[in-house]
Amino acid sequence: MASSSSVPWVEKYRPRKIGDVSHQEEVVRTLQKALETANMPHMLFYGPPGTGKTTCALAICRQLYGPDLFKSRVLELNASDERGISVVRNKIKGFASTAVGQAVPGYPCPPYKILILDEADSMTTDAQSALRRTMETHSKVTRFFILCNYVSRIIEPIASRCAKFRFKPLGSEVMSDRLKHIAEREGLTLGEGVYDAAAKHSGGDMRKAITLLQSSARLFGAKELTGEDIIAVAGAIAEDDVAELLDLCGKNAFDRAIGKLDVMLRDGFPGLQILTQFADAVTNSENCSDGVKARICLAAAEADKALIDGSDDSLQLGAVVSVACLAMSGK
Amino acid sequence: MLWVDKHRPHALDKFAHANVSTAEHLKRLVADGDCPHLLFYGVSGAGKKTLALAVLREIFGPGVEKVKVEGKTWKIEQGERKIEVELTTMSSNYHVEMNPSDAGNKDRYVVQEVIKEMAKSRPIDAAGNQGFKGAFYLTLVDNLSKEAQHGLRRTMEKYSQACRLVLVCNSVSKVLDAVRSRCLPIRVAAPSTTEVEALLHDVAKREKLTLPPELAGRVAAHSERNMRRALLSLEACRAHQYPFTPDQVVQGTDWEAYVAQIANEILQEQSPKRLLQIRGRLYELLVNCIPPELIMKKLARELCRKIDVELKHEVAKHAAFFERRLAEGSKAIIHMEAFIAKFMAVYKKYIIASFG
Repeated sequence: MASSSSVPWVEKYRPRKIGDVSHQEEVVRTLQKALETANMPHMLFYGPPGTGKTTCALAICRQLYGPDLFKSRVLELNASDERGISVVRNKIKGFASTAVGQAVPGYPCPPYKILILDEADSMTTDAQSALRRTMETHSKVTRFFILCNYVSRIIEPIASRCAKFRFKPLGSEVMSDRLKHIAEREGLTLGEGVYDAAAKHSGGDMRKAITLLQSSARLFGAKELTGEDIIAVAGAIAEDDVAELLDLCGKNAFDRAIGKLDVMLRDGFPGLQILTQFADAVTNSENCSDGVKARICLAAAEADKALIDGSDDSLQLGAVVSVACLAMSGK
Repeated sequence: MLWVDKHRPHALDKFAHANVSTAEHLKRLVADGDCPHLLFYGVSGAGKKTLALAVLREIFGPGVEKVKVEGKTWKIEQGERKIEVELTTMSSNYHVEMNPSDAGNKDRYVVQEVIKEMAKSRPIDAAGNQGFKGAFYLTLVDNLSKEAQHGLRRTMEKYSQACRLVLVCNSVSKVLDAVRSRCLPIRVAAPSTTEVEALLHDVAKREKLTLPPELAGRVAAHSERNMRRALLSLEACRAHQYPFTPDQVVQGTDWEAYVAQIANEILQEQSPKRLLQIRGRLYELLVNCIPPELIMKKLARELCRKIDVELKHEVAKHAAFFERRLAEGSKAIIHMEAFIAKFMAVYKKYIIASFG
């Protein structure tokens, strides 16, 4: 009932096979091996968002079991499902302890089930500890795939039971290839700056890059997209404006810098975005010494925390600009 | 009817002064009668609400404007506890408008239960809309608690077949990443001063008033790029004196004048006695429901206008520090007073150092 245009491209173009996953050679090689031998340990995938963790986990399950057995052999739980300690004790244990059924021809169908715990770093430590014994006792019939952003939030006993794989952020070339592929399928013409803009504003997050592409295609309704469209949808500020703000700080023109900041905020740019881009501009600036950069970044970090805690944009950013003015004029 | 409401553009192609290109893009976006979840963000008076309502009208037709206000008590059973949530909604046949943060710390239940129930039970009465049944239009999502936003995230995915959410917020920094990434974010920039001026002239023409360009310029400058404020002060000017004269006084809001006065008093004398007087004034502002963050912001700006550059840095530093405490703490007056006391100390020291 939903029209085809409303299917998120992220889902539409999610790689279906392990081999199609780009940029994660080490993981892909290991999983290919596992496919051939149909044997594998528990897995722990970690890395920043949008690098292919869920995609890999789902792809290997699909290739191992095929569409028919997928439902009965694979259980996926992510952060939106209730995952307290009681769920670990009942649902997960229940799934893990049941024996496997008949294999279907045409697929490897190894004699175990797979349990995917997506976004596992949001599970409580208690829930994770409850998982330990379950993982060992049922390892004959169940393999666990644990997916998380921060491996440090997974308790050590769980981590040591798994083979760990790190997913790296995607480089701009890999990303351009993929975006090009999608654009061809969707009949879009992408201008020069699109790849750069998408790579820059997604920060190596493939999901974000594709979402940006789809959002701008929908919002502007055009068949041709330019880098500026992507930047507009990403809600990013033009580089020149940020450079001007930094320049004003360098001249110690505090009032004008605050005025500039006020214009940006009234144009509707989010405070966090301004802060991020300003901090980037400072770190890449050639005019400041390391000491000055460190001072400004410290102030930026404080402001970032304050903003996340719900403080007011203009006052917090004003303090950062003030520190920048002072630091760059040597006071 | 206030001019702000009377001259609000109702359809996407009626946007003449501000947000013209945004309105065009939105028109194209909803051309096939469907849209993703939308998140409008920008400062107040930029036209977020107007755009959101115009989008709804574009999708559902003029029926959207027939709204009725409903106050209802929802009874939610949460395990053994029974929770009652009172919420006022404005709804038409096609959409429901509500402000879940009105429910205070129970906003989580509003998001989870109320929206869920309504999404399920809405009748399929929109003949031309097979795609989805209705739209929820939630205002000020940035005031929602973190738990409520997490709840929203699940609701958005689960009921995306049945309804669309149109979210409106001032500060997108306070909206969770996970919620943001599920919506199409639309930045609504405040109109430039010239755009506001053009708007004022247009409204004056429709009201059959002669508006001197000088006055329009001053009203626009005074509004600080806020359309609502510009129209309200134009209407206030009209009530105050007509025909307009070019040098007519543009009246600011009372509380702003009041804060400016507080700033003056701080600069005149720095003593515990003065601080006590100011406390009385601050209380008065607070009982009149002026948000403390706004008072802090205005006060810092007023102080900045009247002092030397070195001191401005001090104001910026301390204002940020105490504003943060204000956001975290529970008693606003303490932090505002602490800021003023700190400023007084810094200012006095500076005066003594420079003049002896």
